[in-house]
Amino acid sequence: MRARQGGVRSWGRALAAAATVLAAVVVAVPATSASAAESGVTAHSITIGATVPLTGPAAPGYSEIAPAMNAVFDWVNAHGGVHGRKIHYLYLDDQYNPAKTATLTRQLVLQDSIFADVGSLGTPTQTAVQGYLNAEKIPQLFIESGCNCWSDPKYPYSFGWQPPYTIEGKILGAYVKQHFAGEKVGFLYQDDEFGQDFVKGADMELPASSIVSRQSYDAATLSGPLANQVAALKAAGAKVVMMATIPAATALAMLPAAAIGYQPQYVVSSVGADPPTVGPLLASFTAKGGGSAAEAKATAALLKGLITFAYAPPENQTANPWVQVSRKLLQKYAPSLWSSAGLDGNTEYGVALAYTFVQALQAAGKNLTRAGLLKAIATDGHKFVTPGLVPLSYSSSVHFGYEGGEVVQLSSSAPPAVTPTGSWIGATPLTGVETTSPGAGPIEKYHGGSSKPPSALLRTA
Amino acid sequence: MAGQPLVRHLVLALAAAAGFYLLTSVLSPYDNFQVGEIAAYAVALAGLSVLTGVNGQISLGHGALMAVGAYSFGLLMTHTQLNLMVELLAAVGLTTVLGIAVGIPSARLAGPYLAGVTLMLALGLPLLADQYSSTFGGDQGLTITPPAAPGSLDPERWLAWIQIAAALVTIVLLANLLRSRFGRAFRAVRDDEVAAELAGIHVGRTKVLAFAVSAACAGLAGALLVLSTGIVNTGEFPLSLSIDLLAGMVLGGAGSLMGVWWGAVALVYLPQWSTSVAGSLSLGNGVSAYLATVVFGLILIVVMLVAPSGLQGLLRWTGGRLLSTLRWVPASVTALEVRQPANQEKDQESQEKDQESQESQESQESQESQESQESQDKQDRTERSEA
Repeated sequence: MRARQGGVRSWGRALAAAATVLAAVVVAVPATSASAAESGVTAHSITIGATVPLTGPAAPGYSEIAPAMNAVFDWVNAHGGVHGRKIHYLYLDDQYNPAKTATLTRQLVLQDSIFADVGSLGTPTQTAVQGYLNAEKIPQLFIESGCNCWSDPKYPYSFGWQPPYTIEGKILGAYVKQHFAGEKVGFLYQDDEFGQDFVKGADMELPASSIVSRQSYDAATLSGPLANQVAALKAAGAKVVMMATIPAATALAMLPAAAIGYQPQYVVSSVGADPPTVGPLLASFTAKGGGSAAEAKATAALLKGLITFAYAPPENQTANPWVQVSRKLLQKYAPSLWSSAGLDGNTEYGVALAYTFVQALQAAGKNLTRAGLLKAIATDGHKFVTPGLVPLSYSSSVHFGYEGGEVVQLSSSAPPAVTPTGSWIGATPLTGVETTSPGAGPIEKYHGGSSKPPSALLRTA
Repeated sequence: MAGQPLVRHLVLALAAAAGFYLLTSVLSPYDNFQVGEIAAYAVALAGLSVLTGVNGQISLGHGALMAVGAYSFGLLMTHTQLNLMVELLAAVGLTTVLGIAVGIPSARLAGPYLAGVTLMLALGLPLLADQYSSTFGGDQGLTITPPAAPGSLDPERWLAWIQIAAALVTIVLLANLLRSRFGRAFRAVRDDEVAAELAGIHVGRTKVLAFAVSAACAGLAGALLVLSTGIVNTGEFPLSLSIDLLAGMVLGGAGSLMGVWWGAVALVYLPQWSTSVAGSLSLGNGVSAYLATVVFGLILIVVMLVAPSGLQGLLRWTGGRLLSTLRWVPASVTALEVRQPANQEKDQESQEKDQESQESQESQESQESQESQESQDKQDRTERSEA
C-alpha cells in the first residue's frame, strides 16, 4: 500500500501544482480594468481592432488592406483625430482560419477592450464571430466581405461594406446573358457563402440550360493548382467560366487551364480579379512550378480580356481625384506599403473603407457611444463621401454598403497602372454603373454620379 | 480496496477545483477564456498520454478525433434542445464508437503502421466534412450559441468552470482506471506483448480499450473547445493539431496525468507569446506566423535532452532534490529516477514500480507499522498476478 501512496501522492502534487502553474502563467498578464459597457473610448483615444489574413492562403493581396487603413488613421491622428480622439488600430493575423478568428476576436474584445471591430476580413471567418460580437454588443463594422449575411435583423451590430456577392453575380450574369447569348457557361466557386452567394446571383439571371458545369474548391485546403476543376470545365465545353475565387485561386485555375490549352472567357468576381494582385501571383506560382523567368512574366497576359466587376474607380485612372488622394495618403503615411504594393485594388479598398469609418465617427458626434455610432451610420451613411461608384446604402434596415457598380474588362489599351509591382494592365468600363438588390429586384441604370473627395482631404493629404 | 484511491482522487480533485475556483475569480474574462481552453486541451492530452505513455500506442489522428467530438456536439447543439451534459456525453459516446472502430484494426498494427492509419484519419476526416457540406457546413462549419451563464455570472467564467469540471472529472476517472486491473494491463501490453499474453491478458482487447478511452477524451476535448469558441470548423482541427498534441503530451511527460497541464499551457500560450515576441522585435508576418512552431520544436528538443520524462519528470526530480537536501529518505529514490537510461521511456513505469517497492522496503526497515505493510504487499502481489 505504501507503493500506491507514493503514486497517489505524486498525483496529488500534480493537481495541486496544476493550479499553481496556471496561476503563475496568468499572473504575468495584467487584468483588464476597463468596464465592458463602453470600453475602448476615452476623451483622447478610440481603440478599434480587426482580424485579417497577414499570412496563409488568403494573405497575398489582402494583407495590404489593414496597413492601408492604418495610413488613413495616421493621417487623421496627425491632424488631431476625430473630435479630439486619436484612432488606435490593432489588427491581428487570423490566417483566414475561422478557429483563429474566434480566439483572436475574444482577445480583442476581452483583453484589448476594443470599441468596435472594424475592417475584419472574410466570410467564413467573420460569420464565425458574428454571433459573439452581437451578443457582446460590439459593432462589427464594414466587414470585408460581400456575404448576404451582414444585413440580418438578428445581428443589428453587423454592417457589410462592399457589394453583396449576389449583386456581383446578378450584374455579371446579366452581362454574360446579353453578350454571350447561347454560349455554354461553367462556374468555379469557393465552397462557402462567398462562392455560393455569387453563383446564386448569376443563376438568377442566366438560363439554367446554359450552365454546363459547376466546380468548387475549399479555401481551407487550397494548396495547389485547381487542375481537376479546370479539366472538368473544359470537358463540359464551357466557353465562359464565371469564377468566385480569391486571388490565389484565380491564379491556380488559370495556370492549369493554360497548360491544357483551355482559353475560356473568364468572368471573375471583383474579389479575385485585381490585376496587381493576381498578376504577381501568376508569375510567382509559375516560377515555383519550375517555369523560367520569361514564362513567369508571360503569364500576366492570361489576365488580358478578363471581365470583372468594379464598385470603385479602377486604380489606373490617375486623373480620378480619389485615386490621386489615395496615392498621396499612402506615399506619406505608409511609405513601406507604398514601396511594396503602391495603389492596387487592395490598398485602394483599405483607404476607402477607413475613410468611411472616419466619417461614421464624425457623424456620431463628440459624445461617442456604440449605439450612437450605429445610429449615425444608419441615418447618415448614404451621405458619406467615398470613392464608391454608387453611394452607400445604409439605413436602419439595410446593412449592406454599396449595392452597385459596373462591368469592366481588363485590357492593355487603358492607361497602365502605376504600382511598383509593374502592373501593366488596366480596366475599361463595358457598361454604365448599375444598381440592384441581393434579392429578386431588377438591375437598374444608376444616373446619380459619384462623390468627390472633400477639399480638406485633397489639401491635407 | 479499490475505494481508497478513489476517495483520495476525489479529495484531491475537489481541492484542485477549489484552487481553480479561486483562480477564475481573480482572472479577467479573457484569461478565463484561455484557462477554459487549457482545460479542454488537458482532456485531449490526458487521453493521448494514456494511449501513448501508458499503453505504448502512437496516434497521429487525435486532432481528427477531437473534430468528431466537436462536430457531434455542434450538430447536437444546432438540432436538439437537450441538456448540455447530455449533449457532451453524446459527443463523447459517438467519438468512442469511432475510436473502437479505428481501434479494432489498429490493434493488429504497431509502430509506424499504427501512426499511418491514424494519420490517414487526420487527413481524411476533415475532407468528409467538406464533402457533405450541407450537414457539416463546409468551410464555414457550424456556429453554435454557447449556453447562457446563470444570473449575472461572467460567460467566460461560467464556460471555464464547465471545462475545468469536465477536465477534473476526466482526470480522476483516468487516474482510477490506471490504478485498476485495466491500467496494469495497459502497462503490461506496452512493456512486452508476449509476456502480457502469457500472463493471461488479451492484448488486442486491451489495445482497443486504450484507444477507445483515449478517443473518448479527444471527443470530449473537441466538444469543450467548441463551447469556448462557438464554432466548429475543419480549420480548427488541422493535421498540425494532431502533431502539436503529440508534442504537447511528450513535453508534459508521456504517461503523466499531471504533465498534461504543462502541455496544455504550452499549446494555448506558446503561439500567443511567440507572436507578441515577434511583434515586439518587429519581425515580418511570415516569421511571426511560424515562430510558434519553431519555438515549440526547440523546447521539445531541449526537454527531450534535459528531461526525457517531460517537464513533469523534471519537476518531480527538482522537487526530490530539494527534499533530499532537507531529508535523507527520498534521496536514493530521486537519484534513481533521474538516472534512467536513454531508452527508459518505455521502461519508465516499470522502473517507477521498482522504486516504489524499494520505497516500501525502506519504510519497512524503518519499522513503521510493519504488519500492515506486509499484508498490503501481499495484496499487491496477488493483484499483479491477477493482471
